[in-house]
Amino acid sequence: MKSNNIISLKNLKFSYESGKVILNDLSLEIKTGAITAILGPNGTGKTTLLHTILGLLPFDTGQIDIVEKPIAAYSRKELSQLIALVPQSETVPFNFSVVEYVLLGRTPQLGFLDLPGEADWLEVETTLKRLDLWGLRNRAVNELSGGEQQMVVLARALVQKPKILLLDEPTSHLDLGNKGRLLNILTQLAESGVTIVFTTHDPDSAAMIADEIILIKFGQVLDAGKMETVFTSEKLSDVYQTGVTVQKINGRYITILNNGRFDQAIRENE
Amino acid sequence: MREMEQDRKKWLWGLIGLFLFVLVLSLFVGRYPKPYWLPIQTLLEDDLAQRLVFNLRLPRILTAALLGATLAACGTVLQMIFRNPIVEPGFLGVSQGAAFGAAVAILWLGGSQLMVEVSATLFALLGLALSFLFARSLRFGGWVLRLILSGIVVSALFSSGMGILKYLADPLTQLQEITFWLLGGLWSITWQELLYILPVVLLGLLIVYLMRWRLNVLSLGQDTAFSLGAETTRERFLLLVAAVSATAVVTAVSGIVGWVGLIVPQIARQIFGPNGQYAVPGSMLIGAVFGILCDDIARTLLAGEIPLGILTSFLGAFIFILIMNRSRVKLR
Repeated sequence: MKSNNIISLKNLKFSYESGKVILNDLSLEIKTGAITAILGPNGTGKTTLLHTILGLLPFDTGQIDIVEKPIAAYSRKELSQLIALVPQSETVPFNFSVVEYVLLGRTPQLGFLDLPGEADWLEVETTLKRLDLWGLRNRAVNELSGGEQQMVVLARALVQKPKILLLDEPTSHLDLGNKGRLLNILTQLAESGVTIVFTTHDPDSAAMIADEIILIKFGQVLDAGKMETVFTSEKLSDVYQTGVTVQKINGRYITILNNGRFDQAIRENE
Repeated sequence: MREMEQDRKKWLWGLIGLFLFVLVLSLFVGRYPKPYWLPIQTLLEDDLAQRLVFNLRLPRILTAALLGATLAACGTVLQMIFRNPIVEPGFLGVSQGAAFGAAVAILWLGGSQLMVEVSATLFALLGLALSFLFARSLRFGGWVLRLILSGIVVSALFSSGMGILKYLADPLTQLQEITFWLLGGLWSITWQELLYILPVVLLGLLIVYLMRWRLNVLSLGQDTAFSLGAETTRERFLLLVAAVSATAVVTAVSGIVGWVGLIVPQIARQIFGPNGQYAVPGSMLIGAVFGILCDDIARTLLAGEIPLGILTSFLGAFIFILIMNRSRVKLR
């Protein structure tokens, strides 16, 4: 039977040369076409996890299967046609214009020494227009605002035409408006069949769009599954080691931290 | 959207035209039969003038073009791979390494042209590797600064080594040859020397030219370059070896010629933007024109030669200040 998991990790262990273990016997599955959010505290190995799935970091033991084939069976080029990454922050060292930078996303579709052609330019144009970035096309990427830059990086990843899109903390530098737009785009992408995996510090962004939640703590999966079963007060409190209350308002999950002045005031009132 | 592309292509063709024009013009510039200009009539009639132009000036001008193009290409490669707009071969121990290697070959390895080239190349690569390793181990400042600092350290090491070699050298023969390295110049170039360096230099330039799109990808962060399918380590290594070998070999006949590798890529980026697709050939062409013009001045302005290295440093420092003051060079 054909599995509906596009990525599957089994007993994955990753440690740095110093011996520090980051991922410890980690197993998880990512469903094809779903939006999966990876939640966990700082320094728990979320970025490392994405980099291992990307093939950037060689793991010690365990297995990673992408579309039912071990990751080692893919060439670098094949993998780059399959998986795209939106890193947490990307510094573009020179003043590449938006259109030139996004064009670099076409590299996986080009031969080793090829230059982008008419079709690649067209793809970039379509994507920039779709993300409402067309007006910025001749601006230098490193002169854009943080939010604009994040969208441009997303555009660069999208012209790769990946089946799997990995995003590392995609909403962390965004204001509310940009966050909303980005989450909308991710939802549309998932509807068009792209599998989305993103890490986040912000459970509420996860709650807004994710189909599946994976909770990670100390390099291991604490729990994974559907929103209803995983996104609970107890489990989130456990992951973040602080009191968290999950409430459902108008069918949507919202987290509230159980501390600070406000909370104290409520308790005093009671 | 592609109008900019058309503009850049026009600029490239313009530069090719300028290069050919400067190349031909320079054949007539010199101090024979009288300072500054050789009339065409004289060239047609004077046997000595013909031999001078074709046996001395032409190979020298071509070498100056190759020198400029190679230093500029190497500067572009180093700047993009190290994501640092203010590095050049002279800042990363490449030039000093090459000169040191050449001196070692002159002193102890017989001093044949081949030996000098091989030794210069090996020490140039060693200089680059040391600069890179020191920069990685430094616990101070950002990447741009660390790389510059460790380049200064490595260059200083090779300079002091050079001092020792000068002290050891035979003052009547070897010392002169070594001193020539430190000043830089093309007065000894003949067809034979040019043909000797040609294969490595052309191969190096060809590799850099062919990989100009890959260079863009490599200039992004490691994770992004990787996710775009680049074999980052291998491709960086190939580009660095190609660029540095070409630089070392050309340095083996020209001596240390500084600053070209720093300012020419900057100028090219002002015209073409950072995209290597245009910036790489643009850099090479501007470098070639700059090399020829500087060498024209070096061999023509005064009755005695002005060492080329002194001239490029003098001009380069001024141009650098101009660029850094007015442009939007981002250091981060």
